[in-house]
Amino acid sequence: MEVAQVSVFLENRTGGLADVVDVLAKNAVDIHAVTLADMADFGILRIIVDDADQAKKVLKAAGFTAEKTRVVAVEVPDRPGGLAEMLGVLRKQGINVEYMYSAARKRGESAIVVVRVDEIPKAVGALRDAGVKVLEKLEAM
Amino acid sequence: MSATRGDGLLAFHPACAPDYLPREQLRQLQLQRLQAIVRRAYERQKLFRERMEARGLSPADVRTVEDVAKLPFMVKTDLRDTYPFGLFASPMEDVVRLHASSGTTGKPIVVAYTQADIEVWKEVMVRSFCACGVQAHDVIQNAYGYGLFTGGLGMHYGAEALGATVIPMSGGNNERQLMVMQDFGVTVICCTPSYFVHLVERAKEAKIDFGRLRVGVFGAEPWSAAMRDHIQAASGIRAHDIYGLSEIIGPGVGVECHRQDGLHLFEDHFLPEIIDPVTGEVLPDGKEGELVFTTLSKQAMPMIRYRTRDITTLMPEPCGCGRTLRRMRRIGRRSDDMFIIRGVNVFPSQVEVALLKVEGTLPHYQIVLSREKGLDEMEVQVEVTPEVFSDKIKAMKELQQRLEHAVEQVLGIRAKVTLVEPRTIARSEGKAKRVVDRRNI
Repeated sequence: MEVAQVSVFLENRTGGLADVVDVLAKNAVDIHAVTLADMADFGILRIIVDDADQAKKVLKAAGFTAEKTRVVAVEVPDRPGGLAEMLGVLRKQGINVEYMYSAARKRGESAIVVVRVDEIPKAVGALRDAGVKVLEKLEAM
Repeated sequence: MSATRGDGLLAFHPACAPDYLPREQLRQLQLQRLQAIVRRAYERQKLFRERMEARGLSPADVRTVEDVAKLPFMVKTDLRDTYPFGLFASPMEDVVRLHASSGTTGKPIVVAYTQADIEVWKEVMVRSFCACGVQAHDVIQNAYGYGLFTGGLGMHYGAEALGATVIPMSGGNNERQLMVMQDFGVTVICCTPSYFVHLVERAKEAKIDFGRLRVGVFGAEPWSAAMRDHIQAASGIRAHDIYGLSEIIGPGVGVECHRQDGLHLFEDHFLPEIIDPVTGEVLPDGKEGELVFTTLSKQAMPMIRYRTRDITTLMPEPCGCGRTLRRMRRIGRRSDDMFIIRGVNVFPSQVEVALLKVEGTLPHYQIVLSREKGLDEMEVQVEVTPEVFSDKIKAMKELQQRLEHAVEQVLGIRAKVTLVEPRTIARSEGKAKRVVDRRNI
């Protein structure tokens, strides 16, 4: 019901992002979703991979600060209002969304959205009660 | 004092006897040795003789220990200017070892030892280990760099002379350091405090504890009392400060006893003075100033009134441990390290104290000074470790602001705090380089 995301601290320097992705590629880690939050002088790369523990391990060995975070992945109908309905469920429950991004892959009529909230069980329960499909895992892009 | 695993308060070795000499006898010994070493330097060091003659002085003018104040100073550039052999007071056939300090530019600072000098060095290192509660049955992992740097071999020879088991790891290779520590039941580690903090982090990540490790003998760079508290709390070992510099002998010039309240100086071999760094005038005990040493027994390269650039205070009060050797306050700063930014004098140790105030922050940092449009800027780069990392931008921004606030509170001036990736901050020989000045002043 929840998906493991790996977050990596990045300085704002040329090639920093490429370095992270290189490490993952060399260790045959498959990326299913990726987003980069950037500030003036640092950024946080968030990725969803098939094996989060392995990704964290190889990144740490390469000298990066990487941590595992639990997030929720949901299927959202790919039509106007689809996302608004899903977020409406969370708003009703007073659940704060820290950040959100979409996975590149579409599944038929649906889009996949990754949501970071503090109260995961509550969020998952509310979403399921409202008929939103919560994914167990993400598949390759 | 925090609760630590350290005990072994009564480590004693015959070499430690001079630690407990009555002050009067110590004074007598110092005078005899001072007169002999001044004579040796006068006869064998051209530079020293010229300076004495310029002042109309001869070795016969040293009648009391206090007369040392009449003598000319030696400074670091004297070693560089007379490179390679200028200050050698023994012929090369009597010199058994050379060391060099890690100079940043130009010719290195080279120092020489006779066999007798090596014996003195071993003796003060044995006395240092005993003061830290280290004994013959201990297993010592020496993670100071081996080579021209005095840290590695100085510790090594001392540990062997004590009769302990030495593992000559040298610096670097964290995984191997931790593995050896576990597998061989290491009880004592010797390295720089910044390197040990690094090892603590690696151990935490790998979820291994420090097993039997009990004592750390940390030196070769200034560190704060706050850093000691951090190390002791994070690792459960007792962290001792050891002091030394290659120009005087290497590690083993002074060390903290189990009371961890100032460093005892081995005054029977190294005569300390505190001077006003501007006027050169000798200051009384208890006053802060620049530390100056005269080596009382060094044959190959005597140093008369060598200015260390380290700022401290001599503590004349007797120590509860029973040693009669005077103590100096731990060195948090060097006059060399001090920089002036927007008219404010700043020492890296103050920045360290500020960063340690912010909970969870580990003290891997570097200060970068730059000048933009005529205005000095100070940037503090802090490594982001797993303990402080969050995937939330908001949390990271807050961390940055808390750090900036803490620095401003301690220094009274604003500095930009930048969060950087781990291990991006340059380290040389395990010594952390704390200040990078790009102002081209």
